[in-house]
Amino acid sequence: MSEKILMKGNEAIGEAAVVAGCRHYFGYPITPQSELIEYMAKRLPQVDGVFLQAESEVAAINMVYGAASAGCRVMTSSSSPGISLKQEGISYIAGSQLPCVIVNVQRGGPGLGSIQPGQADYFQATKGGGHGDYRNIVLAPNSVQEMADITIEAFDLADKWRNAVMILGDGALGQMMEPVEFKESSSKPVEKSWAATGRRGRAKPNIVNSLYLQPDLMEKHNHVLQEKYAKIQAEETRWEALNTEDAEVIVVAYGITSRIAMTAINKARANGVKVGLFRPISLWPFPSQPLAELAKTAKAFVVFEMSAGQMVEDVRLAVNGAKPVSFHGRTGGMLPTPKELYEKIISVANGEGGK
Amino acid sequence: MNQEMIFAGFGGQGVMLMGQILAYAGMMEGQQVSWFPAYGPEMRGGTANCSVIIGDEAVGTPIVTEPQVVVAMNLPSLDKFEPHLAAGGILLINSSLIERPAKRSDVKALLVPCNDIAKELGNPKVANMVMVGAIVAASGVVKIESVLQVLAKKIFKNKPEVMQLNEQAIRRGMACIS
Repeated sequence: MSEKILMKGNEAIGEAAVVAGCRHYFGYPITPQSELIEYMAKRLPQVDGVFLQAESEVAAINMVYGAASAGCRVMTSSSSPGISLKQEGISYIAGSQLPCVIVNVQRGGPGLGSIQPGQADYFQATKGGGHGDYRNIVLAPNSVQEMADITIEAFDLADKWRNAVMILGDGALGQMMEPVEFKESSSKPVEKSWAATGRRGRAKPNIVNSLYLQPDLMEKHNHVLQEKYAKIQAEETRWEALNTEDAEVIVVAYGITSRIAMTAINKARANGVKVGLFRPISLWPFPSQPLAELAKTAKAFVVFEMSAGQMVEDVRLAVNGAKPVSFHGRTGGMLPTPKELYEKIISVANGEGGK
Repeated sequence: MNQEMIFAGFGGQGVMLMGQILAYAGMMEGQQVSWFPAYGPEMRGGTANCSVIIGDEAVGTPIVTEPQVVVAMNLPSLDKFEPHLAAGGILLINSSLIERPAKRSDVKALLVPCNDIAKELGNPKVANMVMVGAIVAASGVVKIESVLQVLAKKIFKNKPEVMQLNEQAIRRGMACIS
């Protein structure tokens, strides 16, 4: 198991899910994540799992609801337009506190969009997407190895918190091949005393539901959810900081954009610019506290995204006006080049770029 | 130092596989590698290309914009990627299908008659392997032993009978580079 193999990011997520004990997958094909559903179609029957290509994304997410209700480790995946279709089901999953893993290999939008890489679903992923007051844990890997590692972690977090975990990737990470190693994992499905698996001699049946017709009970349930989200925020924030100790300019980027940024940062460092990278790995909960700390020492921040500016709002909330926060983004499926990010870093380092 | 390469041709010429073989060989040698396809609504006969990075440094962006090696298996690929090649870079041209010479004078242009050699060997499908041999000889990015190991252990694991022909094609490609 510990041999390095060359795999696409999409395939690595699939194998990691199997390593984590996921035996149920429901999905519907869409570029640029189709290798994932293809991988699960081949792989799950080999481990006596259930693979089902649903008739639509809406059907797939509701099958996830059903399997999760029965206590199974379950996953679905799609790309931007397909994830939009799943939002009603995701809200129901949140209301019913069901653990599951949802993968979004983002492409350019809005609408049917393009099939090239995008990061414009940040708002949808981190701020809700469906109706009601709820949060998904959102994790953003930036390499094929991390796609594998984060997938395993996602199943554990989902079970630990009875919450949906979304893996927010993009077409570039899904399509690229890199060496990946699948280590032995201690990740195992946990005993779920709440699952609807038959009464088994219990006095009361387990019911999985998100309907509370009495508003006071609905509010009480909302309080339960909010308390859980507060605990997740306190315990599950993840980020990586590279070369930030002496940095005057902090680049904030996640996913594939953080890789492109790193190429630009290395070049700027070689030219004597004190610049570092802050990479949120959990997009929700967002690592606001470490960013606020960095605002004490850095002179300026610059956010790079493949969107018109979404995560930049969370960065500005975290920095809270202490230092200027600039933004540079590409949209529609266009990837920024290291050259354009380098030039933006230099202009920010020179005190240009304003807010 | 990382070597950044672009492999391009039309769909069906095996350009994606060429890139994967090189990336796999680099990985086996313990180098840092990445492979990234230009993917789109493609069809057979359309254009295909991939970016490959191999070297001793962690790979930042996997997308190559200023390659040190460009492999052009057909004319549209040469037209598209020759201008992006870094000065002093290596330009490998499949001269069986491309009649024009290189336009750039600040790069090292090498002609490899991939399809003609493949035909001589009796199987047109190995044209890409001829080019793999030429890339290894011209760039030195990986060792030929690593490439052969990838073919034997990964690509043709279940088809050992085709190993000999593919190795022949690779060695003929290497011989084109002197």
